[in-house]
Amino acid sequence: MAITRGFIGKRKPSRPDRLPPGQYDTGSSWPTLTAEATPNLDPEKWSMTVDGLVDSPQTWSWREMHALPGSTYFGDIHCVTTWSKFDVTFAGVSVDTLLEAAGPTADAHFVMAHSTTGYTTNLPLEDVTGGKAWVVWDYNGEPLPRGHGGPVRLLVPHLYFWKSAKWVTRLELMAKDRPGFWEQNGYHDRGDPWLEQRYQGDP
Amino acid sequence: MTATPLPESAPAGGWTTGRIIEIDKPTETLVRLRFHVDDRVDHLPGQHYVVRLRAPDGYTAQRSYSIASDPDDPLLELMVECLPGGEVSGFLHDVAEVGDELELRGPIGGWFVWDGDVPAVAVAGGSGVVPIVAMTRYATRMGIQDKLRVVVVARSWEALPYAAELEKYGAFIALTRENHGDRVAHPPYPDEMGAYVEGAERAYVCGSVGFASFATRLLQESGVRTDTIRVEQFGETS
Repeated sequence: MAITRGFIGKRKPSRPDRLPPGQYDTGSSWPTLTAEATPNLDPEKWSMTVDGLVDSPQTWSWREMHALPGSTYFGDIHCVTTWSKFDVTFAGVSVDTLLEAAGPTADAHFVMAHSTTGYTTNLPLEDVTGGKAWVVWDYNGEPLPRGHGGPVRLLVPHLYFWKSAKWVTRLELMAKDRPGFWEQNGYHDRGDPWLEQRYQGDP
Repeated sequence: MTATPLPESAPAGGWTTGRIIEIDKPTETLVRLRFHVDDRVDHLPGQHYVVRLRAPDGYTAQRSYSIASDPDDPLLELMVECLPGGEVSGFLHDVAEVGDELELRGPIGGWFVWDGDVPAVAVAGGSGVVPIVAMTRYATRMGIQDKLRVVVVARSWEALPYAAELEKYGAFIALTRENHGDRVAHPPYPDEMGAYVEGAERAYVCGSVGFASFATRLLQESGVRTDTIRVEQFGETS
């Protein structure tokens, strides 16, 4: 590709090994992106369900979720709108814990995450197992802010952040992949930032 | 959102090259760019493009910008607000010239689009008016202005991109730091919204995070159903 006349670049990363291609370090800020009205979700009325292709569908209340073994993520997050944020801490429970309780069947290969708002996003099962995904309610030691999905969201930090569904309420195990909300609207089915899988048609 | 069917698959384009045909700066913080786009895929009003800049050492920076032009316009128009320290917006404002060729990708996005399918109301703040301008230009060309009502909010007339064009369209313009005609400076009051939300089956909100929160609440207070509201917001919280 041709060089852009007169462009040198002002935000070259201090840690390029941690910045996927086409991303910039947003520093201390945390941009908010939402496609719909931000809900006022009452934790006591919220529940988390794992169903679909599982041996035993499970639902946990807010209190029951907090009684499960806790798990923390410390690391980086990457948004398709090109910001990355380093060294964030989220706490909640590992998706592995939820899946172990429900027992995915041998046919289950994909997951659809559903939010209370109707937002959906699809993921390969292997992207939410093996310590790669969480349901979180705590950000840097504080309750997760409402605009960022509070009180509770999915966290899949190795993929672009639209996969980390805000206000998650259900994981549906599926045999075949099916596009979620942004995936129907032009975005990639997997969304690996290191492969720059931003839009449908990317490698 | 659950009650709203998703639109038919929207047009999507890959990487291409855009040559700047016109460039001007309506205000100190805005730059308007009009591109000839190679092998352009026609967009729907509300969609956006990605602009990618490439340095001699291979470093790239890319950002998304809403389209202001009607799909029927032979050129692609972007209106970019120059942000403090903005790497791409600053380049477009300070360095870009007529004749420059930039990497463009688009159109992108299938959610924040309006093609006249349903009566709608749009509420936009500041540079959030840009995708709404594409919608009003489309509505004007198609003769369906009655299907898209527009409310725009800005600090001042000067801070509102396309102010004169939006006023001519019939948009309700609420300025918050200076009076506008007889209207005393203030954000829109719920009782000013009635004529604009009446009959609307969908609402579009575009602006900063703070504005989107305000506009969503305003629409809800004006009787608009939450699941008909589509939001495009930009900017940061710390």
